[in-house]
Amino acid sequence: MTLLITVFAAIICTVLWYKNAPDGKMRLGTLGLMFWGASLMWLVDAIFEYAEKGAEFFTPAPEDMLNDAYLGLSVVALGLAVWLVIILIKDPKGVIKAALQKGK
Amino acid sequence: MACFLVPAAEAIVTTVAAKVIERKEKNGGSVNIDNAASGSKTAKTPFSGKLRWLNTMLWGGSALLLLEHVWHGEVVPWFPFLTAAANAEDAAAMLREMATAGVGMAVLVTLVWAGMVAVSSAIEKRADKKQTAAERES
Repeated sequence: MTLLITVFAAIICTVLWYKNAPDGKMRLGTLGLMFWGASLMWLVDAIFEYAEKGAEFFTPAPEDMLNDAYLGLSVVALGLAVWLVIILIKDPKGVIKAALQKGK
Repeated sequence: MACFLVPAAEAIVTTVAAKVIERKEKNGGSVNIDNAASGSKTAKTPFSGKLRWLNTMLWGGSALLLLEHVWHGEVVPWFPFLTAAANAEDAAAMLREMATAGVGMAVLVTLVWAGMVAVSSAIEKRADKKQTAAERES
């Protein structure tokens, strides 16, 4: 479930990045790459788990699935928070810089 | 257990490599290694830029996997930080997991990145050829 949620997040980010290209100001590519990196890593984890458990891997207990979904959403939230921090630091549209200059 | 440490270690190496290559690209006069080698006329992403894609995937993936490990109680904010490092038996299992799943993660991410670089290079070469053909025609 964590892998699935992260893959969906990666796909959505990639579509948004493509839609806004070539304007990369919002750094959606960075966010997409972060989610793709995590997705690939969890894919390897899933392959090892499948090799160990077999078909049982596809029928997790509802409680485990709920916990994994909760983790998946938390992972997406962390990814978005990291991306937001990058955006605020890099300030690609100069919004923060302008606001600070206004305050002076 | 601690599989994310392998891609994180690779991320440290590739980040340093990207910084060194970027400095060389700026100082060496040749903004782009690919361009200098092929005599390209179109704008291309420098190799340091392409290496940054790998850095982002490795750092981002490792950071998100760190959360998963904290979630499952495998990483704790106190020494020795990895719960599996507390006893020899768990430590051996952790090292085995790092050597299998961890290395697998690093290899898969790197292979996907290599594929991205190959595709982007092919697209750049095609654009370069088109521009050269257009210049000959005019």
